[in-house]
Amino acid sequence: MYQPVNTQAANLVNYLLHLGDNALILSQRNSEWCGHGPVLEQDIAITNISLDLIGQARSFYQYAASLEGGDATEDSLAYLRGERTYLNCLMNELPNGDWGQTIMRQFFFSVYQQLLYNALLQSRDETVAAIAEKSLKEVTYHVRWSSEWVIRLGDGTDESHARMEKALNMLWSYTGEFFMPAGYETAAVAEGIGADVAALQQRWMEQVAAVLQEATLPVPVAGKTWMQSGGKEGKHSEHLGFLLAEMQYLQRAYPGATW
Amino acid sequence: MSSVINISVAAIWSLLEQVTDPEVPVLSVIDLGIVRDVQLRGDDGVEVTITPTYSGCPAMDVISMQIRMLLLEQGFKEVVVKQVLSPAWTTGWMSEAGRQKLLAYGIAPPNQVQQVCRQELFAPHEAVACPQCGSYHTRLVSEFGSTACKSLYQCNDCHEPFDYFKCH
Ligand SMILES: [Zn+2]
Repeated sequence: MYQPVNTQAANLVNYLLHLGDNALILSQRNSEWCGHGPVLEQDIAITNISLDLIGQARSFYQYAASLEGGDATEDSLAYLRGERTYLNCLMNELPNGDWGQTIMRQFFFSVYQQLLYNALLQSRDETVAAIAEKSLKEVTYHVRWSSEWVIRLGDGTDESHARMEKALNMLWSYTGEFFMPAGYETAAVAEGIGADVAALQQRWMEQVAAVLQEATLPVPVAGKTWMQSGGKEGKHSEHLGFLLAEMQYLQRAYPGATW
Repeated sequence: MSSVINISVAAIWSLLEQVTDPEVPVLSVIDLGIVRDVQLRGDDGVEVTITPTYSGCPAMDVISMQIRMLLLEQGFKEVVVKQVLSPAWTTGWMSEAGRQKLLAYGIAPPNQVQQVCRQELFAPHEAVACPQCGSYHTRLVSEFGSTACKSLYQCNDCHEPFDYFKCH
């Protein structure tokens, strides 16, 4: 975590890194589908979503770098931080699994991101509000696409239904972290800059339940599952290190390389 | 020695029609509606404000560079190309000329009345006319196409697949 002398600035930088990291890490995972999607159109769809998320991450990192000052740039924030300083949710760094698992994760995250960005439109920080406004249009397409696929596969063949149910069971314990505020989120709410994530949970649950029902998938009962956490504080699964090793390879091996 | 450039703001706006989108080369940045402001700065400076179509649009860097080059060629010494995110770009800002150019190029222009720019799920799909034969008997193949700004459609009458510059 970034800890300069000024605690208030540090909280905002960490909040921006958290928002950017969520987008960048999921983008990197989705990009692994490039050239491997089940059909060409959906290969293009998942990589388009990657591109949108990279764009959002860049906006947050550019702003964070401008606040951090010194040599910080969007690139140094993406390529030169180790896993303990990444503040993304654990769900976003998990390996893709099969197409069903990738879709289910995108669905859970996009519904969360849509609620979050809607709340950030009210941010007292103009830059945060502007990034949210810009990104919201993109996320709307992500929510629609992933919801339709959850329904198509859940209410599809026996095989696709079984895989979606497996994905649901595998990912569910990672959904709680979205709504457990880290210290920098609580601080950002107090400043009128951030969104109160705990307050988004009920609407998230309603929207997710409606799609799962339509998909003939079981709706988990809220509060019955022990939830994973730690990613937002920089305590990650073993998967993030491997992801960063691949993503950061070029800048680590050839520092300052440009093209 | 300072030189005074004799170009009006209005003339800069029309010059910018020479800068095209590298991904959809028939459209200029003016057609797209991404140029938001032009301000002269001092004797030989100019500031152009642009807004991206999509957060991750890779064309923005090329577009910024082309605007810089064009204005430097005109004799400006200080050229600043500033990016803003708010208000967020919408297909509603595309010019009528731009819409006609897209159609002639074989890409269905964004519908004038935006039908599905809303956040609810399962909104009805837009009726989009085929740029080849004009039929509205078309179907959505994917909301994500060859670039971030396009969806993929197919015409049920002439069977041609085509891009639709999607609602945003
Ligand atoms: Zn046709």
